[in-house]
Amino acid sequence: MAGPVLEMRSIVKTFPGVKALSDVTLTVRQGEVHAICGENGAGKSTLMKVLSGVHPHGTYEGDILFEGEVVSFKDIRASEHRGIVIIHQELALVPYMSIAENIFLGNEQASGGVISWNETLKHATRLMRRVGLEDHPSTRVADIGVGKQQLVEIAKALSKEVKLLVLDEPTAALNDEDSGKLIDLILELKEQGITSIIISHKLNEIRKVADSVTILRDGRTIETLDVKAEETSEERIINGMIGRDLDHRFPDRTPHDADAGAAPALEIRNWTVHHPIDQQRKVVDDVSISVRRGEIVGIAGLMGAGRTELAMSVFGRTYGRYAGGTVLKDGEEIRTKTVPQAVAHGIAYVTEDRKHYGLNLDDTIGRNISLSALDKVSKRGVVDSHEERKVAEDFRKSMNIKAPTVFERVGRLSGGNQQKVVLSKWIFTGPDVLIMDEPTRGIDVGAKFEIYTVIDKLAAEGKAVVFISSELPELLGMCDRIYTMAAGRLTGEFSRAEASQESLMRQMTKDKEVTR
Amino acid sequence: MSTDVTAKTPAPAPAGKSGAAADGLLRLLVDGLRSNMRQYGMLIALGVIVALFAVWTDGDLLLPRNVSNLVLQNSYILILAIGMMIVIIAGHIDLSVGSITAFIGGVAAVLMVKNDIPWPLAVLICLAMGATAGAAQGFLIAYAGMPSFIVTLAGMLIFRGLTEVFLEGQTLGPFPEGLQKTANGFLPEIGPSTNYHNLTLLLGLALCGFVILQEVRDRKRQSEYYLEVLPAKLFAVKLAALSAAVLTFTMLLASYKGAPVVLLILGVLLVGFGYIMRNGVIGRHVYAIGGNLPAAKLSGVKDKKVTFLVFVNMGMLAALAGLVFAARFNAASPKAGLNFELEAIAASFIGGASMSGGVGTVLGAIIGGLVLGVLNNGMNLVGVGTDWQQVIKGLVLLAAVGFDVWNKRKVGS
Repeated sequence: MAGPVLEMRSIVKTFPGVKALSDVTLTVRQGEVHAICGENGAGKSTLMKVLSGVHPHGTYEGDILFEGEVVSFKDIRASEHRGIVIIHQELALVPYMSIAENIFLGNEQASGGVISWNETLKHATRLMRRVGLEDHPSTRVADIGVGKQQLVEIAKALSKEVKLLVLDEPTAALNDEDSGKLIDLILELKEQGITSIIISHKLNEIRKVADSVTILRDGRTIETLDVKAEETSEERIINGMIGRDLDHRFPDRTPHDADAGAAPALEIRNWTVHHPIDQQRKVVDDVSISVRRGEIVGIAGLMGAGRTELAMSVFGRTYGRYAGGTVLKDGEEIRTKTVPQAVAHGIAYVTEDRKHYGLNLDDTIGRNISLSALDKVSKRGVVDSHEERKVAEDFRKSMNIKAPTVFERVGRLSGGNQQKVVLSKWIFTGPDVLIMDEPTRGIDVGAKFEIYTVIDKLAAEGKAVVFISSELPELLGMCDRIYTMAAGRLTGEFSRAEASQESLMRQMTKDKEVTR
Repeated sequence: MSTDVTAKTPAPAPAGKSGAAADGLLRLLVDGLRSNMRQYGMLIALGVIVALFAVWTDGDLLLPRNVSNLVLQNSYILILAIGMMIVIIAGHIDLSVGSITAFIGGVAAVLMVKNDIPWPLAVLICLAMGATAGAAQGFLIAYAGMPSFIVTLAGMLIFRGLTEVFLEGQTLGPFPEGLQKTANGFLPEIGPSTNYHNLTLLLGLALCGFVILQEVRDRKRQSEYYLEVLPAKLFAVKLAALSAAVLTFTMLLASYKGAPVVLLILGVLLVGFGYIMRNGVIGRHVYAIGGNLPAAKLSGVKDKKVTFLVFVNMGMLAALAGLVFAARFNAASPKAGLNFELEAIAASFIGGASMSGGVGTVLGAIIGGLVLGVLNNGMNLVGVGTDWQQVIKGLVLLAAVGFDVWNKRKVGS
């Protein structure tokens, strides 16, 4: 085998308060396809940002050797100049420009500032043929599917004379057919001598395309396996991804004996949702789940599994296009077509993206907390600002929100404290069912424990909690029951006793065909 | 995180007289100033501009007659600015208000001058038409999802054109005396003859008493809730300052013809909309949709309905401004209200609105409008031509927003 084209040695990257990478070493050989896998938050994307200069040289520790030389990129341009090109999960294309224009965006085929359209079209056609795109180069990018858009990105990378191509979860948004084509293309490019790094959750895909795989966990390299040489089983990879020590990180929970007689507080039957734009794609496919009062039910799944989409479409149809299914509250069918309806039925949804969907960052803690239940602090359409302030003060104390006053702007709080504000806001609506979507994402360990304690208390008060999370230890530590989802489908249900990281991960990485 | 340790031991009762209290007092002042930098900044700027022109014009600016004039001259822009501020807080813009102002003026003239409809009825019809115009635009923006910039740009052309159609390109007048007296006149003279306008004095005193009562009640309720209140001394200073401001202004007006009726209307609008935006559930929802629309939706705010109502309200206020304007000049003209939308938008931004929505107060819009008004009036008095007036107003707008951007960046980083 050829020697290494890329070596990343002992990379350490710290963000304020968090160590994202604590010791990562990665060696990629010339001409191979190298897979990187790990749980959400293991440090995969951060590592690739270090490699491409998004996090410039000097903001991390450790060395990067490319083609045998130590390199220090100050920005993406510098890394692209050396032939390292990253294709991010969110594609960086301008939808209203043509394929050809997109391929040469920032690298226009021009002389003296004037674009030569003949050159552009000629080279674009050549590059498109290489990636198997048969559309006309003048087609708008908005008019082709996600799969083809992915190919445009790769054509764009090829136009820059790429030596090392990095693909961040390239098939996460693609259907099976497009995924297959993409995998074939990566293998074809390998024949042409282009080295690739591919970040993926799909184990069967990794086995098909990769020569070796590096497993990251908690910001460290666990091991690098040679997929071709040894018989690498999926179990082996899964073990590497999850095998961590479980410290005492959760409140002592007395598992709730679900009162089997009563109807579940919330039951979702045969829920199906289509993608808002690509209407052929089922993002949630015939999912049925239930949760009883006092119970904490987890939903495990990797990115793109459809968990958030399920929750948001149930909560006032705030995602995608509804295509069937019913919601029952305490045994009776209810309508949750709008958010006010859902809230009126005692359902609360704590979003995974608090900055964009949870909070008005310009406004104060107090006003954010009261927004969803303003009628509770107002009479005849007039807010009693004293009552509102008192409510906010009470939450500030009980939730331990660290801020001098409730008049502090939410945008100035830390992530953990912002999360406490979002939680307060929904607890204040007095819900029976709380759907929590990644409630501990991006917050530190101390704040996590506080959030767990709150969730535990809510369940003890008889509320039904749906706990969506990508962190398996968290689900195992908190939940009475855990569902797994993959590619929009429910792939398993585990009691607290049955569930283990291995069994969950196996169901989470299942592909559609397997479950059929 | 250490701030919350030092910052407070929640004081259940009005604070005492110790040195710590004085420290806290200073802190409160500084914090208050910092967090409301934009508004206090503009208030201070307004004070500086007033003082500057007062000196420059040898006190002419503050002559009772001129103050009265200032109010009348700027009333319609201030009315528009109140509505515009709310539109901008909701994250939109309305370019049609100048044209609607003219359009309603035309409608009023046709109703009252040509068809002799009693003026109170005609006023109601006009307000309803303004609301309808706003509703039509609001429907397209809120429910059909068209951008407000486009919809109201179209509205600006449409209503300007309709005005010309209505008036057949002519100026129409005069208006019935009743309307003129209301829109352009003063409060009636009552009681024994003093050197002052009695009713204005009475109203001023009543307002002063009301403000004091309100403040005292507010403070009492705060302490009932065991919240921190202003220390007694500072509270007294605040009351004295407020009373002094109200009474001075009252004396100024009372020593001329008394308070203009429009001032009363403006006062009611300012207090009413200020209250709704601060304490009304709907006001809160306006801030929420302007501040973060997706979050507001997920919080159960009926964003479409709120947006719709904001534009209905803007239309109605534009109609009111149109009536006041037409009555003041005693004629409806196809060229009325030119660039009023831009003046109202400028007033809002000078008064602390943010391009991205979610920020601003009704009082801010009034302050912004007054800054522009005093500049206009003052420059007229000292004989600056309209050419340079525009240049200067443009620079003031740039300076106000520039200061805000600079201030935010400093705090943010």
